[in-house]
Amino acid sequence: MNFSIIRYILFRVLEFAAFFLILPCLVAVIYRERAGFAFAAVMVVCIIAAEIGRQFKPKSNVFYAREGFVTVSLTWILLSIVGALPFYISGEIPNFVDALYETVSGFTTTGATILPDVEVLSKSVQFWRLFTHWIGGMGVLVLIIAVLPLSGGYNMHLMRAESPGPTVGKLVPRVQTTAKILYGIYIGITVLQMILLKIAGLSVYDSIVLSFATMGTGGFGVLNSSIGSYSIVVQNIFTVFMILGGMNFNVYYLLIVARKPKEAIKHEEARVYLCIILLASALIAWNVRGYYSSMALAFKDAIFQVASIGSSTGFSTTDFDLWPWFSKAILFVVMIIGACAGSTGGGFKVSRVMILLQDARHELIRVVHPQIVKKPHIEGRAVEDGTVRSIQSYLMIYLLISVFSFLLLSMDKYDFTTNLSAVMANLNNTGPGFNMVGPVCNYANYSIVSKFVLMFDMITGRLELLPMLILFSPKTWKKY
Amino acid sequence: MQIIIVGCGNVGSTLTEQLSSEGHNITVIDVDNSKIQNLVNSNDVMGVIGNGASFAVQSEAGVGNAHLLIAVTGSDEVNLLCCLIARKTGGCHTIARVRNPIYNMEIGYIKEELGLSMVVNPEYEAAQEMARLLKFPSAISIGSFTKGRVEVVKYRVEADSVLCNQTLQQINSRLKADILICTVERDENVFIPSGNFIIRERDEISIVGTPQKTLEFFKKMGVAVAAAKNAMIIGGGEISFYLAKQLIAMGLQTKIIEIDKERCESLSELLPEAAIIHGDGTDRNLLMQEGLMQTEAFVSLTNVDEENIMLSLFAKTLTKAKLITNVHRISYDEIIDSLDIGSVIYPKYLTAENIIKYVRAMDNSLGSNIETLYRLSNNRVEALEFSIKKDSPVVGIPLQALQIKPDILICTINHKGTIIIPGGQDVIQAGDKVIVVTTNTGLNDIRDILK
Repeated sequence: MNFSIIRYILFRVLEFAAFFLILPCLVAVIYRERAGFAFAAVMVVCIIAAEIGRQFKPKSNVFYAREGFVTVSLTWILLSIVGALPFYISGEIPNFVDALYETVSGFTTTGATILPDVEVLSKSVQFWRLFTHWIGGMGVLVLIIAVLPLSGGYNMHLMRAESPGPTVGKLVPRVQTTAKILYGIYIGITVLQMILLKIAGLSVYDSIVLSFATMGTGGFGVLNSSIGSYSIVVQNIFTVFMILGGMNFNVYYLLIVARKPKEAIKHEEARVYLCIILLASALIAWNVRGYYSSMALAFKDAIFQVASIGSSTGFSTTDFDLWPWFSKAILFVVMIIGACAGSTGGGFKVSRVMILLQDARHELIRVVHPQIVKKPHIEGRAVEDGTVRSIQSYLMIYLLISVFSFLLLSMDKYDFTTNLSAVMANLNNTGPGFNMVGPVCNYANYSIVSKFVLMFDMITGRLELLPMLILFSPKTWKKY
Repeated sequence: MQIIIVGCGNVGSTLTEQLSSEGHNITVIDVDNSKIQNLVNSNDVMGVIGNGASFAVQSEAGVGNAHLLIAVTGSDEVNLLCCLIARKTGGCHTIARVRNPIYNMEIGYIKEELGLSMVVNPEYEAAQEMARLLKFPSAISIGSFTKGRVEVVKYRVEADSVLCNQTLQQINSRLKADILICTVERDENVFIPSGNFIIRERDEISIVGTPQKTLEFFKKMGVAVAAAKNAMIIGGGEISFYLAKQLIAMGLQTKIIEIDKERCESLSELLPEAAIIHGDGTDRNLLMQEGLMQTEAFVSLTNVDEENIMLSLFAKTLTKAKLITNVHRISYDEIIDSLDIGSVIYPKYLTAENIIKYVRAMDNSLGSNIETLYRLSNNRVEALEFSIKKDSPVVGIPLQALQIKPDILICTINHKGTIIIPGGQDVIQAGDKVIVVTTNTGLNDIRDILK
């Protein structure tokens, strides 16, 4: 294990954290808020620490998958702690564990909050809260790769550990160029959403911060009613961009950069993802039609909610906890399947589900034809046995983490539905669950232990399980 | 540049590593998933799994935007087809590896008709390098610049050499040869020596000069310079064939020991002047019987690296013959070098190097202006040939007045065909070709040598 290079990269991360903190400082200056001092203080500390850390160059540049995984998980933990400090210092979230929970929820694009009333927050704190979604959506190390010339083969190990999906392909030969393209697309779509929201009548501040929260598939809102009090046009804009955030970014690459619209349209994962959203919305709309004056209104809310949960954003326009159980069950399933690989969303990922389903079907065929040779296919390519096996293990680990988290949470005071949905909403980076953690409630009343369990779930879910788990394996920390 | 490499064997992966670290955007194609995985995991390159000769696979690898496609799969026909398709669809430059002697015979025609930019033949190139070494047995390796007018000769200083424990200035005033010692390898280190650098026993020095002057220098040192008179080659593969052909042309008595009867027969048809011995080249008695003690050059070319090394070690204990060992696998080169078995030839490495030379020259037209590149001492030293343009900042200034970075040495100036081994008063003029030796790899322009 090459600790020196991990230390070196972590200090570079602090540099970036300082850079990110400039924005809330600016917001504080514009709105003349005292909270700005908290951001400035944390920023100065980060700069000083980063400058000191820069003096110690890594002893060797050896960097393998193990270093990549550990670096990524430590980066996320470090960033969460740094990000929580302004909330705590400004006094707007007086409890540090709560501040940490809120930050982890932000960076992992979960959007689960411990704040009973988000409207009392100052503008700069609110800005930081939603901006963390945007940073976490594409990943901070991907940004570092895009900007810094980290030479050598090791940036791929970082990218692989931070990007969602069973296999991470590059768009172009260089990792750095790939990262630049991804961020370019990300920034482009975010700006587009900002403009559309502004045109649709939101204030400049709201358009900016809510676009951050949407494209990162986060889910923090600036109002207690989440998105419910905005106009129908605005709500529909959110629906579209939530779906876009959960889409595989390869599609945008094919469409915008490579200019191969035919291939983009044929993208299988994107098609299945859209089908799931449409089918689930139709079922829910039919199920809840009695609650609405017209079928169109029912469908509008249904598709908003499905897009929100499916892309793992977690906004709401209505209290879907009051919907019938069939609708809630569909939302629960959509929550677990989640968004596409290579998107900013969470969940188990559509492509994994596609591969596992094909594999299961082949297992059935094998009963009839025991000697048959068949491999799952995705995007017109056969999936290697190794990939299938690793997805099966992924499923197993996913279930184990869910079960253990659920057991730990059950020691708390809440009921079965609340706990199960809380675990799933956090592990899948969605945000709201059902019952006591439903869209109009929050996570404030969980005990500290439960909050730490949920924080672990969020980071583990965002980093696709293995990077966080590897921190707990003693073998990781051995030099040899 | 955007480069596509088809085939991820030894040559393919060496090329990928080198070219990627030189800043080119590489896409590799191979049918073997695990080979692609390995390369993609250790290098910043993109991998495509599939048959490189397929149009669809090439399009996926982005042949439309590629500047160069290098086909180095195991099969000549696939390589040629890859290049043909890439040439037709992408219009890019193409390099193919073609090793079959039958194609090799008509390579000019193939190159012309298929529009190939370059054809490489590892066996042929290895044989050429070996033949060059046998012409001048004291050298460990020989490289040539400016179409053979300048040579870089690597030589190991023995304990009884006149060079031992002398500074370069002393050597210069004693031997008065118009050559330059450009690098010294000592243990693991490589030095670019200055005037008061002291040469020690077991140092490996690289000498730059014209072939005549180098010869003169070795004569003054009292080192045998005559070419070998006879050669024994163990193993009768393609390299042996090419090598024997050249050796016979040079007038050496050539003997090939080959274990396969049929191959022996075909070799004896192809090479009537050579003595083809059917037998196991690793058999001690056979070697003695065939005159190992009297041989002046011993070349081990079996297909097994370990056997080659062992044979050379064995020959070293018995004879003073010039030893040449063929090694396929590149990974353990420093260990093999430490065995002290004379010249070791890595055919795949030579191929990779030749291709890299071409790529650099091609890059030249896109920005840098390197004419030739020669690598010494396991890639740690580069000798680069630059052509000097009028507006270059080095023109017209005496060398001693130039602010040159450390570890850079200007070795020769080719002024309209005359080779100058420069001293401090010499001046580089526009239109000259200059060879620079450096341990800072990655120079792209003569400008880069200045502080």
